Amino acid sequence: MNAPTLWIVLPLVVAAVLWLIDNPRLVTLLASATAFFLACAAWFLPIETVLQVGSASIKLGASIDILGRALVLGSSDRAFLVLIYGSASLWFLGSLVIQVDRRQVPLGLIITALLVAAIAVTPFLYAALLIEMAVLLAVPFLAPPGQQPGKGLLRFLIFQTLAVPFVLFSGWLLAGIEANPGNQAMILQASVLLGIGFSFLLAIFPFYSWIPLLTEEGSPYSAGFILWVFPTTALFFGLGFIDQYGWLRTSAAFPTLLNTVGILMVATGGLLAAFQRHLGRLMGYAVIVETGFSLLAIGLGGQSGMDLFFLLLIPRSLGLLVWALALTLMRARAVSLRFQDAEGAGRSLPFVAASLVLANLSLAGLPLLASFPVHQALWEGLARSSLLLAFWLLVGSLGLLVGAVRAGLALFRSHGRQGWEMREGWPQRLLLGASWAALAGLGLFPQWAFALWNRLPAMFQHLIQ
Amino acid sequence: MVAFLNWVVLLLCIVTATGLLLSRDWRWSLGFLAGQYLGVFWLAQSHLPVTMAAAKLVTGWMVCAALGITEFTSPAPIEAESSWPQGRLFRLLASALVLTVTFALASLTVPWLGLSLPVAWGGLVLIGMGLLHLGITSQPFRVILGMLTFLSGFEVLYAAVESSVLVAALLTIVNLGLALAGAYFMSTRSAEGTR
Repeated sequence: MNAPTLWIVLPLVVAAVLWLIDNPRLVTLLASATAFFLACAAWFLPIETVLQVGSASIKLGASIDILGRALVLGSSDRAFLVLIYGSASLWFLGSLVIQVDRRQVPLGLIITALLVAAIAVTPFLYAALLIEMAVLLAVPFLAPPGQQPGKGLLRFLIFQTLAVPFVLFSGWLLAGIEANPGNQAMILQASVLLGIGFSFLLAIFPFYSWIPLLTEEGSPYSAGFILWVFPTTALFFGLGFIDQYGWLRTSAAFPTLLNTVGILMVATGGLLAAFQRHLGRLMGYAVIVETGFSLLAIGLGGQSGMDLFFLLLIPRSLGLLVWALALTLMRARAVSLRFQDAEGAGRSLPFVAASLVLANLSLAGLPLLASFPVHQALWEGLARSSLLLAFWLLVGSLGLLVGAVRAGLALFRSHGRQGWEMREGWPQRLLLGASWAALAGLGLFPQWAFALWNRLPAMFQHLIQ
Repeated sequence: MVAFLNWVVLLLCIVTATGLLLSRDWRWSLGFLAGQYLGVFWLAQSHLPVTMAAAKLVTGWMVCAALGITEFTSPAPIEAESSWPQGRLFRLLASALVLTVTFALASLTVPWLGLSLPVAWGGLVLIGMGLLHLGITSQPFRVILGMLTFLSGFEVLYAAVESSVLVAALLTIVNLGLALAGAYFMSTRSAEGTR
């Protein structure tokens, strides 16, 4: 037995079996249980260490070979596996209270496993092709049978596909630079190709137009899952590049570039969010702002920057999950997610509307909510290096805050004598109530995430130094 | 003789890529795509073993078959494009521009990747035409054709620097996956049509 078989092959096999089961609730429960089991296994099972179970001894190998290349999951990757499968388990569990196509959850499990394979493959530039395979599987995930593909889905497919050649060619050049480190022309070519490739992959300014389209046109829950899992994996993939190549790490222009791009995303995403009239698009712009925050954290550099980068992951995952869940429940009852159509919906769906606004406020960095401690620390770090950057960060966050206030005003607006009622079922109320507790709990006690956050930096040995 | 054939195949790539851009009938489009994969096979085999290059040809024709079968069983698509301009003359002029730009780029690519001029130009023409296709269409079927053309061009260039079996296998899966995505888009269209 080896780690890639457990964390890549097993979920693929389970997903294939789940595909054959007709009962959507059973499929969802089994997929969630599988992801939870894989997260627990990553937390407790050591890799490449002999484990004594009674009289038997078990050793989980780190790699398997496929067509001359290897999939490697070492001890340092365990925290990433906990993060990915733990969050996936919550996403799958959330789909119990909404109506999803029975094939979507197994597809989600396959996408997760492929993205884990993308992180595990060596040489790691092959990851681009595995990510592309996950992108192709995201097509039926985002547009279930009977639903016409929209512009957002097509642009998502196009931009992610365009990333592949750039990343593969840059990988070839990077191999050349390793052999000839002084070749400045080659370094410039590799940097440009890598930059373009990651701009497509991470939906970096100006290639992020598909994100709000995707959250507007399809199921917000499916879009939310895709917008959580792809950027998270792509960011880890990008950090792998930075960790491996010293010239990239030590380049003087690199932090400036990351800060510029990051602040552009935060400022434009936040400002556009402030003027949105669609609840789904608002979530899309929040995702753009969050990617900007991650780039700024990496741009800060050193131990503190990396700590902030990892600290952003859990509140983001939680905020997006709650937001997407609330949007999907709202969409099932309201005519559409446009402000004018959803006006007053909060008076009949108060739990849903409050969750939606709370998740928005959390991602905007409102004090006492999950994202606040890390946003505040990032502000502080940026203000030390540039007040201008800190100012634009404030503008971006304020934009999201304005978006949340406008959404709240629209949702709770009263029409004549419209009274209050609670149309949500008990399972929905319980789940949403638990999510409020989690958002507030993580804001008041951010050290709860410490156990996981503390183990993530081990993946990138050079970056921390 | 091989050099001469390379130029002939380059001409084939230009004709098929331009034909893909101009044709409105899916039968013609898939015919041009099938011809284009023949060109990709020839250009790729100058740097890859013939068996690996042949895999690209077989994959390409499987892609055409998958798209053709789905299109054959689907209702006729609505041809109106939402983008502007849509005329054939515009597309022809844009193709000419792509040919000129890619010729200039090809002369830079030749020493960089160690390719012959027709192979480099062929790869870049396919990339350019694919991008042009993606830029002027919003129909799912056409978008898939554009992406397949773009990836074909990339595969021609990448063959010169990487001959790994795993990369070839993964690229094959990506091509087939794109075709299946296209077939899926068309099947959702037919579901809408029958409602």
